[in-house]
Amino acid sequence: MAATTISVDNGVNVQALLDAREALKQAPEAARFTWRATCKWLNGTHSRTSVNGFHGLGQEQKHKTEFTFEADHPEVFASEDNGATPVELVLAGLASCLTAGVAAVAQNRGIQLRSVEAKLEGTMDIRGILGVDTDVRNGYEDITVTFNIDADASQQEIEALVAQSQKRSAVFDIVTNPTNVTVQAFKV
Amino acid sequence: MLGERSIDHVVLERGEIANSWRRERWESLRLLTPNFQCRLPGFRYDGDDPEGYMSSADVAALITRYAEASNAPVRTHTEVTSLSLDGDGYRLRTPAGELRARSVVIASGACNVPAVPPLREALPSSIECFTPFDYGNPSRLPEGGVLVVGASATGVQIADEIRRSGRRVILSVGEHVRMPRMYRGRDVLWWLERCGLWDERYDEIDDLERARNLPSPQLVGSPERATLDLNALSRAGVELVGRLAAIRDGEALFSGGLKNLFALADLKMNRLLDRFDEWASGQADLDVAPPERFEPTHAPASPRLRLDLASGEVRSIVWATGFRPDYRWLHVPVTDAKGRIRHDGGVVNDAPRLYAIGLPVLRRRKSTFIHGAEDDARDIVEHLVRSL
Repeated sequence: MAATTISVDNGVNVQALLDAREALKQAPEAARFTWRATCKWLNGTHSRTSVNGFHGLGQEQKHKTEFTFEADHPEVFASEDNGATPVELVLAGLASCLTAGVAAVAQNRGIQLRSVEAKLEGTMDIRGILGVDTDVRNGYEDITVTFNIDADASQQEIEALVAQSQKRSAVFDIVTNPTNVTVQAFKV
Repeated sequence: MLGERSIDHVVLERGEIANSWRRERWESLRLLTPNFQCRLPGFRYDGDDPEGYMSSADVAALITRYAEASNAPVRTHTEVTSLSLDGDGYRLRTPAGELRARSVVIASGACNVPAVPPLREALPSSIECFTPFDYGNPSRLPEGGVLVVGASATGVQIADEIRRSGRRVILSVGEHVRMPRMYRGRDVLWWLERCGLWDERYDEIDDLERARNLPSPQLVGSPERATLDLNALSRAGVELVGRLAAIRDGEALFSGGLKNLFALADLKMNRLLDRFDEWASGQADLDVAPPERFEPTHAPASPRLRLDLASGEVRSIVWATGFRPDYRWLHVPVTDAKGRIRHDGGVVNDAPRLYAIGLPVLRRRKSTFIHGAEDDARDIVEHLVRSL
């Protein structure tokens, strides 16, 4: 392969990640992060979620700016379609997590990327959420991710990139493995 | 009742009278309903323990006595191997020959086969599987820990019994119905009957599909009349985990939604108790204790989400995941995509003079309880007599 680690630039500061890995071996407490989101109901099925502060490296952190995500349901659900459906946002989370992973792994392996595109499909039987049939689950039955990657690498190397990206992906883990969820409710 | 109307009839029984009570129950099982509720037409409990709970053998004896007293024309050891349409009636095939009937009442029950989810296929072969039909008692299980899947009456009773035998027990909990055994000094089933809830008709229930699929309540008929809810099981040392979602790479994966299932079951139980209280407040001279409320179901701090099935931590699984009817012999096209008989209050759809009885919420909430048979049978016989 012609590319070397010096000439490859996927825009990922791999050295910083490797340094962090070393540093956190010594200070596991700093590795504990808490991510947060705040969601406000707007109207109908339309809501706006914002993210800004989070906790990590032993202290409170902030994004450079607050990011917001609008969610709604489409018109075929008799809604106003003011934003992506929440299940599409899950696909977005999975896609962007895997894509970030592909870039980081490629950088670390000295593979120059020219383009990376992931197409995701999640299939769902909505009789579950509508309560038509209790044997039908609410969530996705199957999610398919298809990567098309243009890079200085063989098919095999590209497959290995994508496999490693799944292995280290937080969202892939969240989607494929159970997670304890606690939901509290207070009257205000 | 058919006899009272001078309708010529026979009762076909595949084995002995009360066959399933003799052969398809685990050894320690007792009825959920107290003795005083075990009424059959013209037949009531006259023993010395009206608040107690019958064993399977007691129930078999009760039904046998009833068959004798009512002079029912029962043909035992006459298994129906086929029921099919024949002109304007039905043809039944049995090992003792064929019968023709103008009308047939299917009373073969809703619990013929244990319903085990397909994910069982992914189990490593080192794990032995049991169902309530072949479980028997804890000594039949291999040494070591046991995963019990399902927390309705069957699951909680079996989990409790195995735990008492000194084993490690993990109980996988899905949607469940929580009830105290006793409420305000009375059996909770006394309340269900007296407040009228059990008489609620199928055509008055908002969500009949849901009512018909409700898991059995977490109750046990013990001499101590103890409550066997998930708190009691936790205190006994049973480990509670979420619904079994998947078996993958030799690991059982449990849902992380356990806390919500607890919250739902607690809310529904409290709504039921509110309803009892509301009814009681309108009754004069009711001999009951003051209203009470029970502690919420305590969720483990972080319920475990995965169990390595190859680690030896559990050696067997008991599938307490419900039952389904077996209609392989039913050759009249009256079942739906899920293999259930399509019927309107026991009157089978699209099949004249074909009836079903003893299915969940057939005509009333009490349809599958022993004392619930009488009203349903009367309605069905009324319809049958009119359509002969």
